[in-house]
Amino acid sequence: MEATSLLRPGFADPVMHAQETFRMVLDAMSRPGSLHASTVSLEPPRSLHPATAALCLTLLDHETPLWLDPSLESDEVWTFLRFHCGCPLAEERSAAAFAVLDGAPCGLASFAQGTPEYPDTSATLICQVEGLREHGPLILRGPGIRDRASLGLSPFPATFLEEWEGNQARFPRGVDIIWVSGKTIVGLPRTTRLEM
Amino acid sequence: MYVAVKGGERAIENAHKLLAEARRGDPEVPELSLPQIEQQLSLAVDRVMTEGSLHDRELAALALKQARGDMIEAIFLVRAYRTTLPRFGASEPLDTDNMAIRRRVSATYKDLPGGQILGPTFDYTHRLLDFALAEDGVHPEARVADDPLPQSMPRVTGLLDAEGLIESSEVDDSRPVADVTREAESFPADRDARLQALARGDEGFLLAMGYSTQRGFGNTHPFAGEIRMGEVAVEFIPEELGFAIEIGEITVTECEMLNQFKGSDTHAPKFTRGYGLAFGQCERKAMSMALVDRALRARELGEASGAPAQDEEFVLYHSDNVQATGFSEHLKLPHYVDFQSELSILRNLRRDHDTKAARKEAAE
Amino acid sequence: MNAESLEGEDRPGHTGYNYAYLDEQTKRMLRRALLKAVAIPGYQVPFASREMPMPYGWGTGGVQVTASIIGPSDVLKVIDQGADDTTNAVSIRKFFANTAQVTTTTSSERATIIQTRHRVPETALSDGQILVYQVPIPEPLRWLEARESETRKMHALREYGVMHVSLYEDIAHHGRIAKSYDYPVLVEDAYIMRPSPIPKFDNPKLDNCPALQLFGAGRERRVYALPPYTRVVSLDFEDHPFDVETWEESCAICGAQDSFLDEVVTDDKGGRMHVCSDTEYCNKRLAAQGRQEATA
Repeated sequence: MEATSLLRPGFADPVMHAQETFRMVLDAMSRPGSLHASTVSLEPPRSLHPATAALCLTLLDHETPLWLDPSLESDEVWTFLRFHCGCPLAEERSAAAFAVLDGAPCGLASFAQGTPEYPDTSATLICQVEGLREHGPLILRGPGIRDRASLGLSPFPATFLEEWEGNQARFPRGVDIIWVSGKTIVGLPRTTRLEM
Repeated sequence: MYVAVKGGERAIENAHKLLAEARRGDPEVPELSLPQIEQQLSLAVDRVMTEGSLHDRELAALALKQARGDMIEAIFLVRAYRTTLPRFGASEPLDTDNMAIRRRVSATYKDLPGGQILGPTFDYTHRLLDFALAEDGVHPEARVADDPLPQSMPRVTGLLDAEGLIESSEVDDSRPVADVTREAESFPADRDARLQALARGDEGFLLAMGYSTQRGFGNTHPFAGEIRMGEVAVEFIPEELGFAIEIGEITVTECEMLNQFKGSDTHAPKFTRGYGLAFGQCERKAMSMALVDRALRARELGEASGAPAQDEEFVLYHSDNVQATGFSEHLKLPHYVDFQSELSILRNLRRDHDTKAARKEAAE
Repeated sequence: MNAESLEGEDRPGHTGYNYAYLDEQTKRMLRRALLKAVAIPGYQVPFASREMPMPYGWGTGGVQVTASIIGPSDVLKVIDQGADDTTNAVSIRKFFANTAQVTTTTSSERATIIQTRHRVPETALSDGQILVYQVPIPEPLRWLEARESETRKMHALREYGVMHVSLYEDIAHHGRIAKSYDYPVLVEDAYIMRPSPIPKFDNPKLDNCPALQLFGAGRERRVYALPPYTRVVSLDFEDHPFDVETWEESCAICGAQDSFLDEVVTDDKGGRMHVCSDTEYCNKRLAAQGRQEATA
């Protein structure tokens, strides 16, 4: 196949669609646990969910090395990301500003955690899962949440709670997560406390 | 009923119109053209380009005209325009060895290969007002030299380097060059970021800082090793070509200060360098920059004494005149809410004070 | 870059500049910084502030934050000292009306984004709104330690004793904390934060606020944030609890007793009157009184 036929189109309106997508993710990170749906229509490369592609087009560029889960990698994905975002590929997890991952991540500590002086230099993980629903077994508390929120996330490996506790113990260092399922996203910043 | 007077849109518009009228001045007097500013106020244009970080003589002239000759306002106009321009990449380092020299002086050797070239300088003019200039029609002409200047002239630092008397200037080519206009500063700053900040820095501020080192606030024992001014080629490697092409020629002033250094536990005695570079003919700026650059290396060379010019955070945070003027002048914006808050506290404090005084008096 | 050349096309209404003035690369950089700011409430995220077409000190930080979030469906309100009609508020509102083609309003309720200098509106904010503060000096420890390299370390180690000592010295000398505006707060028991120079009267409005609060300092190149429903506590001591300004007077225009009042000098013989600093709140109350009179 020729390279051009591999290239899926980006935003039809790069300026406005990036703005819409950013407001969605800003809202999601500001209100952890709440569901937000992408309104931008996109036909992304097969292994990327539409909301993942929209987030990449909105947030990535040559300044943000990206770690891509090996199971999501393909020529089509890299062509898409390189052409539209121009983001370099991170050789190591720890060198990535952003990561796109398949499912709930393990080994959170292997990603950039930021430093005590500059905790903002940690990675943001975009994690693709099968299902996201409001009101589920996960209870969320913390900034951005009035009292408590609940969330259903599938599949959800029980080990993730432990991973997340580790992440919280490193505060103010630590990663932030954006869960994606299809067009829907949920924010999970490092300050959110999780329990089942 | 009393209604607090507040400025509205119309007041702003009227103020803008009045400003435009004041800028033009008496319409009987011919209007300044951009070529006139560019040609006859060329050092003002050079300074606006240098501190505006944008090499464009015409835009700098326009900014000066629009700013009514206010340098910092003109620099601000150029900066605000510059920030919207697309960025294609970084040029290759300027090769000032091969500068087409118009001026070159060294204070360290009486004569040296290539000679001392005075060029267009105020240095030995007697500062007497030239009343002939008050009239139009003066067409001064300078004589062309019999022989052209040599193509390239060796540097004073190169001569010292051959003898091993000066530190080598190591450059790490593997790292991309910093861009202080696109990154938030962090300290300690790398030398590239520091030199960029100094190049944009206010000439008056750097002059005062450099001067303070000469008066003992962090002495660096400087010698003006070499000052050269002339034209250099700007080269750029377009990604699709993969080799350097010349995209233009600009005038720059370069100053290399030589500074005595007695050595420390880790460094052998040798001359050290301070570096200054400015667009056009900005000699005072290039020299001040070189003095301050060297002073800021105090910690690296183990000679820090706490002088203001050696303090990186102090110098770099306060050298930018657009930032400084904005924040200093913003005090004229309304602050009546804060002031009200302050009034309220002050009245409370005075009440406490009076009560205490009255109690004391009663007790006595 | 191909993507870059697609962006920044001229849109109707303005020539030569991208939508909302900033280029897309700058917006992306700012947006990433804002997401981290929201993830670490009260922590100051460095960002590569740009030169804006208005001077530093005139709200370049707030303007950059607003420019990076605003879209055509937003409704924007801009206030300075609580008022919609102060010159700088007028000027910033016009900037966004021109460059981002947004609807502007003076209504706190209708606005989706409110950019402010030195005040929090009296009208309670609601879910889904964003309040953008213009910040001159973001570092709460700056008056106690001039060096950024030091204050960074103090935040990293939560070494805030010096702040408490400074406030306590006030009490020792003056019998009360003499800080009236820009009164420091503690965010979620983690970072000490500077609420920008709002009067301390407004500090309680920051706590548990349903709106998202974003803070932009252009010259100092920092953004920080308070997500909705974040715990924000004004620093105080058990024996000297935090309190806010009060007035014996009420607003001479609308009669409000619960709003922040500006003192207006009416003559040179000590004549004073007090009026609401929040002009919209004042007008709204006045209109409501007019309606009551009309129906009575």
